[in-house]
Amino acid sequence: MTGIPMFTSRMGAIACLALGAFAAGAAQPAKSPDDAEGGSSSAAFKPPPESAMPTDEFGKSVKLGEQIFLHTKEYAGKYVGNSLDCVNCHLDAGRKADASPLWAAYISYPAYRSKNKHVNSYAERLQGCFRFSMNGEAPPLGDKVLLALESYSYWLAKGAPVGEKIAGRGYPALPKPAEAPDYGRGSKVYAQHCALCHGADGQGQQSAGKTVFPPLWGAQSFNWGAGMHDIKNASAFIKANMPLGLGGTLTDQEAWDVAMFMDSHERPQDPRFKDSVAATRKAHHDSPTSMYGKTVNGHLLGAQ
Amino acid sequence: MRIKRRSLPSRPLRAAALCIALTAAAATSQAQGGGQGSTIAMQGNGKGATACASCHGAHGEGNPAAGFPRLAGVSAPYIESQLALFADGQRQNPVMQPIAKALSEAERTAVGHYFSDLPFPPPAAKDESPTPAQTGAWLAARGRWADGLPACVQCHGPGGAGVGSAFPPLAGQSAAYIAAQLHAFKSGARPGGPMNLMKVVASKLSDTDISAVADYYGSTDGGRK
Repeated sequence: MTGIPMFTSRMGAIACLALGAFAAGAAQPAKSPDDAEGGSSSAAFKPPPESAMPTDEFGKSVKLGEQIFLHTKEYAGKYVGNSLDCVNCHLDAGRKADASPLWAAYISYPAYRSKNKHVNSYAERLQGCFRFSMNGEAPPLGDKVLLALESYSYWLAKGAPVGEKIAGRGYPALPKPAEAPDYGRGSKVYAQHCALCHGADGQGQQSAGKTVFPPLWGAQSFNWGAGMHDIKNASAFIKANMPLGLGGTLTDQEAWDVAMFMDSHERPQDPRFKDSVAATRKAHHDSPTSMYGKTVNGHLLGAQ
Repeated sequence: MRIKRRSLPSRPLRAAALCIALTAAAATSQAQGGGQGSTIAMQGNGKGATACASCHGAHGEGNPAAGFPRLAGVSAPYIESQLALFADGQRQNPVMQPIAKALSEAERTAVGHYFSDLPFPPPAAKDESPTPAQTGAWLAARGRWADGLPACVQCHGPGGAGVGSAFPPLAGQSAAYIAAQLHAFKSGARPGGPMNLMKVVASKLSDTDISAVADYYGSTDGGRK
């Protein structure tokens, strides 16, 4: 504290604490997984405990929604076109802050979405999940599947402030990377931190016919219309939540690089495809963080 | 999932199969170390490694009362990696260390293949829609994400059946063995595995949690007689 004599000892102590905290933060990536945050740190909101789930007729719909969320193919198979489950990305059965929790989504609709340029109900937002992330068919409005998911979300959102921004929604936005995301660096991050579970080929792993580690690209993954295909979203999700149980341990740069690597692989066509990849890119993917329509390793992504 | 052969064909067929097998043996079985693995498992290697079967059972089924783990159907790379950790002392165990040390690298590979090829009955179906009051079942199926703790099934698969070569089965292991391993991960007596994942996980479990989750999987005896 020399050179700043006007500091009281107490202020000095606070400054030291702050510096200590800063140093700890700056020391990231502290590679010890012991330091992983992992938990739902940022959000004050807590959904009701499982034990409070009602058991009446409404409760049955809530429970069905939870089951659809955990075992999507078993409970909503006709609307699912890949081997993903909702819970693969919305961790802890849609409860976990910073992993697109359902309680935060529920209170954020109706809302205008630039994706389809109109005001969407929550049910329509859920339809989008099936059409894009699940590469399937949107359940019709009023369908039991949508009602169950809506019931479950509504119940999880008990006491959440409608009409206000709520901490923990979506994924925490990641600052722009110091260097442009790089496929080569991303492939190394992938091999080191991701391939153990998702496989060197990105196709995930199953046990007894059930997806345990979801496929990240290819025919059984989300399609080019899903939000996760955009490396801005993917990097934010990865930083906060991956590797599973070790969220927060990758650097921002590593998260951007590995997201770019993941989203530079082929996946099912955007169901809004019209005329050509170039035209579809212009209509739906005109963003520097979308790899759709870009050429990687000699392959035009989206050309299948 | 590998389909396990559960029963042998009738005697004449067996004799014919044996002839074919004998000619093919040199090429396949020996290449994979099947014969060598079987010999070591049943008789030891004559150089200080005792027969695996004397503790892990003639069918690799383990010995729950003594806390010796099931090896049947456990992936070969996993068994090999654990033998290497025992041998160099990273995974501390006074019984296994001298045995693993007495095995050459090729012998560890052979033993790994032998046990991974042994059939093990599928685990009894578990209810994976528990209530939070069922601590062990709940941790297994849902984890405790408020502490950043993933569920066991998220890596070890539905019913704890195991996933791929890196995530061993929990089903069919005894409560005593699972509890001992979780305590060892927590204390550091056993390395945390890939990305130190098990150290991170075990460190978030209390003694009560460990007992509960070990009892939950320990009761998945998979039809063990």
